[in-house]
Amino acid sequence: MMAKLRIATASLAGCFGCHMALLDMDERLLDLLELVEFDRTPLTDQKELQPCDIGLLEGGVANEDNLATLKLFRQQCKILIAIGACALNGGIPAMRNSFDLKDILAESYLNGMGLANSQIPQDAEIPALLNHVQPLHEIVKIDYFLPGCPPSGETIWLFLQQLLTGQPLHLPYHCLHYD
Amino acid sequence: MAETAEIFIDGQRVAFQAEQTIMMAAHAAGIYIPHLCHHPELKPHGSCRLCVVEVNGRKLSACTTLAQQGQIIHNQRADLIASRRCVLQLLFVEGNHVCPACEKSGDCQLQALAYAVEMISPRFAHFYPQRTVDASHPDILLDYNRCILCELCLRASRDVDHKNVFSLQQRGDKTHLSVNSASGQLADSTLALGDKAMQVCPVGALLSKQTAYQTPIGARLYDQKPIAQGEAHDG
Ligand code: SF4
Ligand code: SF4
Repeated sequence: MMAKLRIATASLAGCFGCHMALLDMDERLLDLLELVEFDRTPLTDQKELQPCDIGLLEGGVANEDNLATLKLFRQQCKILIAIGACALNGGIPAMRNSFDLKDILAESYLNGMGLANSQIPQDAEIPALLNHVQPLHEIVKIDYFLPGCPPSGETIWLFLQQLLTGQPLHLPYHCLHYD
Repeated sequence: MAETAEIFIDGQRVAFQAEQTIMMAAHAAGIYIPHLCHHPELKPHGSCRLCVVEVNGRKLSACTTLAQQGQIIHNQRADLIASRRCVLQLLFVEGNHVCPACEKSGDCQLQALAYAVEMISPRFAHFYPQRTVDASHPDILLDYNRCILCELCLRASRDVDHKNVFSLQQRGDKTHLSVNSASGQLADSTLALGDKAMQVCPVGALLSKQTAYQTPIGARLYDQKPIAQGEAHDG
């Protein structure tokens, strides 16, 4: 039997919806575990990233931590996959690109309604925001893309199955959507 | 003799009449040629490049090319589909298309065409242009973030409604739609819900405020079937 492929996942500037959709594969997760073993992922809570065959990233890049994680995944993973609207085009978080970061922070933390002792949070634990939100392919090379907000569990399973068994990638019409 | 006039689209014999474009002849025969800036009731524009087909070895837009006896036309060939995919990828990154937050999602021709050609990746870097939303009109919303400059609203307003509410301003990547009113706001224009201009926007740029989300996401036109299998919202 072939050695299992190592797969890692992370959520950058996303809502964890894509990871929820991954879990939505239900009992097919057992079939997936026949083909792969998980490395770093929120599902196992493993924090260290070993060299992997496949990295699956949800969310775009909105802060310094997202950027570092993306670069680390690119370094450690042979195949890097962008999954979901935010990873592909920035998604909802990228709607802030129409505004100045200074104005956004001021609106949220200084001038917003009902604020007491208003101040912009600054702590080593809180990653600094980048000026703009960017999708993954604008920063590192991405090998495969899977659109959807989120893609359904069925779509993710179909995609991974095709990829892991070396079939040509093809999504039937009802599996391809951007919303 | 008019009754023998015919062209061949992907090998299929299609009859045409004098003065018909390839797009019109195909439409009459139930053959779908992709398009965004075309509407059967409005003067052709030839700008979106989605309807580019190969006619006797030359790439031409089907909406502006007259059908002529015996033309051999390719519509669904792989290289033509690939260049349509590229045009769509360009259109997506030029605007701010956040489909999960757009009330047109599922009814949008830009999105439906991208599905039809299996546009999986954005391919290009996003412009993230700074654009505004005009919500001044009591019944109508104009979201410039999603406008693809097809000029359908402009032509409908000028040629059918005889109101001339819209125009295009500036050139190149600065080109943008604008409203012909003293303030530049829709509220000060003569645009009304019943106008033809309100029925032709292929994307979620020009919207009626009254009907948003009446049909839930997932149950909309192109959620049910691909655009090629049902004619677009062409009036
Ligand atoms: S106009 Fe169409 S492509 Fe643009 S955001 Fe709305 S649904 Fe998506
Ligand atoms: S508002 Fe709609 S119809 Fe008018 S130019 Fe923009 S995309 Fe075309």
